[in-house]
Amino acid sequence: MEIVVYGTLQSAALLLMAFGFSLVYGISRLPNFAHGSLYVFTGYVAWLLLHETGLPYPLAAGGALLASGLLGVLIYQLVLKRIRGMEMSEVIATYAIGLMILEALRHWGLRGTTHTLPVVSKGTVDLFGVPIDHQRIAVVVCAFGIVGLLWLFTKTTRLGRAFRGVAQDEQAAMMLGIDTDLVATIAVGLGAMLAGVGALVLLPLGSIVVQSGYQVLVYALAVCIVGGLGSWAGTVAACFLLGFAQHLTVAYGRPHYQMVVMLLAIIVTLVLKPSGLWGRQKELEERV
Amino acid sequence: MDAIKRKKRIDRGIKVRSESIYVLSSLKEMAYLAAPRLLLVGGLLILPLVLQLDPYWGRVALSAVIIGLLAISFDFLANYVGLLCLGGAFFYGVGGYAAALLNEELGLPFWLSLPGATVLGAVVCTVLIWPCLPLRGIYFAVVTLMYPLLATRVIEAFDILGGTEGYMGITGFPSAMVEAYLLIVLLLVGLFGLRRFAATDQGLVIRAVKDNDQAVRAAGIDVTWCRTKALFIASLFGCFAGAYYVHSYEAVGVSAFALDLSLLPIAATVIGGGGTLIGPFLGSLVLVPLGEALRDFGSLRIAVYALILTLVIVFRSEGLIPFLWRKYSQRESWVKL
Repeated sequence: MEIVVYGTLQSAALLLMAFGFSLVYGISRLPNFAHGSLYVFTGYVAWLLLHETGLPYPLAAGGALLASGLLGVLIYQLVLKRIRGMEMSEVIATYAIGLMILEALRHWGLRGTTHTLPVVSKGTVDLFGVPIDHQRIAVVVCAFGIVGLLWLFTKTTRLGRAFRGVAQDEQAAMMLGIDTDLVATIAVGLGAMLAGVGALVLLPLGSIVVQSGYQVLVYALAVCIVGGLGSWAGTVAACFLLGFAQHLTVAYGRPHYQMVVMLLAIIVTLVLKPSGLWGRQKELEERV
Repeated sequence: MDAIKRKKRIDRGIKVRSESIYVLSSLKEMAYLAAPRLLLVGGLLILPLVLQLDPYWGRVALSAVIIGLLAISFDFLANYVGLLCLGGAFFYGVGGYAAALLNEELGLPFWLSLPGATVLGAVVCTVLIWPCLPLRGIYFAVVTLMYPLLATRVIEAFDILGGTEGYMGITGFPSAMVEAYLLIVLLLVGLFGLRRFAATDQGLVIRAVKDNDQAVRAAGIDVTWCRTKALFIASLFGCFAGAYYVHSYEAVGVSAFALDLSLLPIAATVIGGGGTLIGPFLGSLVLVPLGEALRDFGSLRIAVYALILTLVIVFRSEGLIPFLWRKYSQRESWVKL
């Protein structure tokens, strides 16, 4: 039972880390390698707002999310817009921006493990005989809440349909009068905010460290590769697969092996089923 | 209202004339073709003599050349084969550890362990990265980004290969001159050899894989095998850089997989101009001394590299060498429309 509960928790955490990345890449084909940095950035801004200006928690969290979304929009408008379509430049530029954010944060004060965010509430509940603290419940609720909301958003609203249109065929979408630049801007902003949400619920479980920026990026990519693109179910299923795999390695192996599991998962997926376990869209564009 | 202007670019006469076999009929035209190459070769051969005066900057220049090797390997993979490798440090680290193992554990002398580590390291890298070769674009970038991270974790977690301590007391070079000239001569051989290789039929197929892999596949050529060969060549450069550095510093540790070593070659390639092979090398000759000057800033150094990288990619994406080459071979003027 313990394994099921903690495995689910780990999967939800992965979902929170990876969803923003997979959303942006799925919609606009923009690999946002700054995803992990936006995650750490949001956490740090929230910490600054809480501790330096003394704002109440909801305001600080909201402000941090807004800052992250804005940074995402700026990255798109100032950098990505100019190099759209040059895949190599996109990767290198976003990777460089991510490093810039992380290393600048490291330089200006983000060192050690003294930076922590508060948890929503301190209590624990018993779930099937396993004690879980409230924060971890919040992680699960947030993860599935976000997936549900976004699913509704893309199925019902006009903008959401535009998103799907661009994801399927950008040029056709353009012909139908969808402003693809605007969609991409919103997608990157939204992806950044999703990274931020992940940071706000996940970071209280540990402390804000620069290293987690790289970790989040690696996890997000692992989920994307194993799940395959163009399939929501694939992303969620990959999160569960990897989440349980991770939990099992921690439970029966050593925490050090988590990263090894991720890489092995990627390599095994690539060898056995190169388009990802549930990938449908654009297979030819991803792999030879 | 200002008159609308347009930039006119016309090839210089000497450039057009020296393109064909008739270049042999005139010394001036031969000099035009040879000058940039001789400048590079001559400059590099004189470099150690000049830098002998100042050992500190001599060291910096050597590490610039080493980063240059990694940058050439990155450029070859990215712009000739179409594989964007964000984990250049992996080649470097594997080469370094291979040299340490051959030298310490097997007790081979340095003139055997350096080439041995280069080849052995390249084989290991190629075999390890081989499963990811069918990947394209960002997927390959991502997976290679993870390799050096993973290598560090594995070495620390299993406490193998000397654990976090690494190896010490590896045989050094007999003299500073041997050290400098070995590197420079091999760099020149590698650089011009790679250019030759890219011009052969094999090189043509490899470049075709970058432009349109489906077409290559349709022609009945195994794309993954082509990439494997190219990866092996690129790993040779990377592993040699690592092995050389380990022999030069007589120690190796997990820092051989550090992030700097992946990022710097990329920055150098972007600044120098991708797809030219010589550009990345010049880029690293600019960047590494700049990094030395910024050493006081500590970890901000990486942020500065990243900033330069972003600015260049957005505003001057052609890079240094294509820019210089244009000036060398074309006349530019503004024409009123």
